[in-house]
Amino acid sequence: MIVNILMSLVAVVVLGAIAFAGGSVPGLQMVFGIWIPYAAAVIFLLGFIWRIFKWAKSPVPFRIPTTCGQQKSLSWIKHNSIDNPTTTKGVILRMFFEIVTFRSLFRNTKSRVIGDRVSYEWEIWLWLAALAFHYSFLTVVIRHMRLFLEPVPACIGIIETLDSFFQVGLPVVFASGLVLLGAALYLFARRVLIPQVKYISMIADYFPLFLIIGIAGTGLYMRYFLRVDIHAIKQLTMGLVTLKATVPPANVSPMLYAHLFLVSALLIYFPFSKLMHMGGVFLSPTRNLANNSRIKRHINPWNPDLEFVTYEKYENEFREKMIEAGLPVEKES
Amino acid sequence: MKIKPDEMLKINTKPPKAHWMDVPPDFSEGKYLYPAKPKTLEYLHLPNPRDWSPADEDWKLPENWQKIIHDGFKERLDKYRSLKVFMDICVRCGACADKCHFYIGGGDPKNMPVLRAELLRSIYRNDFTIFGKLFGRLAGARKLTPQVIKEWFSYLYQCTECRRCSVFCPYGIDTAEITMMGRELLNLIGVNINWIKDPVSNCSRTGNHLGIQPQNFKEIIEFFCDDIEEITGVKINPSFNRKGAEVLFVTPSGDAFADPGTYTFMGYLMLFEHIGLDYTLSTYASEGGNFGLFTSSDMMKKLNAKMYHEAKRLGVKHIIGGECGHMWRVINQYMDTMNGPADFLEVPKSPITGTVFNSAASTKMIHIAEFTADLIRNNKLKLDPSRNDHLRVTWHDSCNTARAMGLLDEPRYVLNAVCNNVFEMPPSTTREYTFCCGSGSGTNTEEIMEQRLRGGLPRANAVKYVHDKYDVNMLGCVCAIDRAVLPPLMDYWVPGVAVTGLHELVGNALVMDGEIERTLNLRMEDLPGAEGDTDE
Repeated sequence: MIVNILMSLVAVVVLGAIAFAGGSVPGLQMVFGIWIPYAAAVIFLLGFIWRIFKWAKSPVPFRIPTTCGQQKSLSWIKHNSIDNPTTTKGVILRMFFEIVTFRSLFRNTKSRVIGDRVSYEWEIWLWLAALAFHYSFLTVVIRHMRLFLEPVPACIGIIETLDSFFQVGLPVVFASGLVLLGAALYLFARRVLIPQVKYISMIADYFPLFLIIGIAGTGLYMRYFLRVDIHAIKQLTMGLVTLKATVPPANVSPMLYAHLFLVSALLIYFPFSKLMHMGGVFLSPTRNLANNSRIKRHINPWNPDLEFVTYEKYENEFREKMIEAGLPVEKES
Repeated sequence: MKIKPDEMLKINTKPPKAHWMDVPPDFSEGKYLYPAKPKTLEYLHLPNPRDWSPADEDWKLPENWQKIIHDGFKERLDKYRSLKVFMDICVRCGACADKCHFYIGGGDPKNMPVLRAELLRSIYRNDFTIFGKLFGRLAGARKLTPQVIKEWFSYLYQCTECRRCSVFCPYGIDTAEITMMGRELLNLIGVNINWIKDPVSNCSRTGNHLGIQPQNFKEIIEFFCDDIEEITGVKINPSFNRKGAEVLFVTPSGDAFADPGTYTFMGYLMLFEHIGLDYTLSTYASEGGNFGLFTSSDMMKKLNAKMYHEAKRLGVKHIIGGECGHMWRVINQYMDTMNGPADFLEVPKSPITGTVFNSAASTKMIHIAEFTADLIRNNKLKLDPSRNDHLRVTWHDSCNTARAMGLLDEPRYVLNAVCNNVFEMPPSTTREYTFCCGSGSGTNTEEIMEQRLRGGLPRANAVKYVHDKYDVNMLGCVCAIDRAVLPPLMDYWVPGVAVTGLHELVGNALVMDGEIERTLNLRMEDLPGAEGDTDE
């Protein structure tokens, strides 16, 4: 299983090295700076949509929400309208808490058998790391919009101000990049250190983690150590986004190509991987359906017509015994 | 059980060195369920009836079994969004791992829900994904070999479809859904178990899982009525298959068959008599449970069809359902979709209180706990909870009523009205976090007793906690499988705790019109304070 880790790591290092080398060769800068990012963006978008359609194509024959609270029944029994919703509003709230606060993961406990006792303790670290990981990633992505928009919208400035809240000295340090790297490293460490999680982990788990660690690492390195020329980079990114990409400026660091290539790899990999949980969570029938199948009939589009043992058949088999036992029958003989 | 509890508690949670794909399932005696008999499969027109044993090397699969599984898998991916999404989006975070009672009680990594799902996902990747086809095992894919089928058989019957893992999954991945699909696939090649197929076949023929024929069903109920008369002095004459009754009452046949479910059945009869409910029992729709749920959606539909069919024939206004777990999963989440619309019935209205049950506006079927809670709330029952004073009761939420319905506070309301001493188990083991009895989804059979005791450990251990702390001596539940399997579980882990259904407690506390002074409870045991009892 260590081989899964090594192969994922090697793959990411090789990808980064190829782009770094390529970015150092003037002729290949077009490829790594323009063509691959374009291709990646297209594959990501089309792939994402394709996957969602593929899921959506399959119907939801039954209403199978996991109910996590009191049902709506008698008027005087307090109904849990979020964890056991009966209305669309309730479902929207449930999904909101699920997607924005990772509510189910928040419930996480750790169970242990100690002596003759099975004990459960609240285990918050996975939830905390997951939340830190996703929100810092989101912040980083939003901050990067600065490179693709001219003029830069005010909201990005506000996010940057918040992100640099713990600022001490120059250059401005954004918490999000560091948190992203830290959270990704924590998630990796957890995968390796918890024997059960290590046992189930595959390349598909390590590879995207290393990719993201690589992306965060190259990004932080460029910002705080190389102090790359941000104007040259913006010239490149604005060219990309306005579809007027020309030969990238010569003073762009090869490290940017490594960074950009890893991002491209992530985008290309995304629709074909578990990262699609981003879209899939919205389609999960145990969360996005109301528990109202006793109130309103849910329709199964392929509901089959099946022959079952009707009362008539039953009575035909047992009629004499039924009559003898004094049970009412439809036909006397 | 040869293994002593303290031995069983030594659980090895260290995963094996070998990759899980290389660890074969264990089919030594006591580790597997007995297969369905050829005769049963023939009766049900199910494929590949034959004599075989999981312990055999050769399972006598049909010639084209790989194609059958592949096509069956594809068909289900196209029919169920749940399966497709759940195959794709797991990130293997491991949050589900120690939520499964079988994993907690046994430590086998393949009982971590995530790995149970990977048993199917690995085949899904191989057959239906680009990465799986290109990179094989590196992408978590593997070829479909006989060992895969054996592994599925072993571990899909070590899942009781209790859905506890799905409460904790950040994407709501429901292992029950995956297990159900896997079991459907196994059924396509004739790999199924006797403990499920026998009841299914019985149910098709006689109307109930236990194969009770109409005349016997009537006799059993009349026998209950004799006991009730002896205990209360009140003679009850329930009707059977009676047209024009207002209500059809359907409950699991387990309650007609074995203690302590029988006492719960007596409780229903006493309650209905006391309030003068115009109801009838059916010898044909004499099963609330549905082992079709553990077979395939088609079988579930066929067995469930009887309820509406019979309600229509008898011309009742609505249906009341008894205490059962998986029965209510079917009624709440499948029945109306499969066999509705029940437009020949009326929205349930309690003839006693006038309460309209809008929460069952479409299915027209209410749970007895909802019905009784409403009666008590409206002061329609005269209750003497002190008759249950010798009991110190804790409450077990059944998986299905908790996580596939949300029937949590109705039974508690009734319980607190009929018992003075009620104690809750720790919150991480009740309500939506409740633990399975360890024997659900058709695995409540003797041959795998160790698996059942291990799977039941988390539940039993929580009972032990309240037993040690509050002297709890009675475990209440609303599930017929619970009533059958919790007694041996308690005897093993928490001796001194008995098991009861909710309406047994109701029957004991109920002060019926014209009853004699009660000296016996429904189990024919002396009531505390009654003649011959010197405690008080």
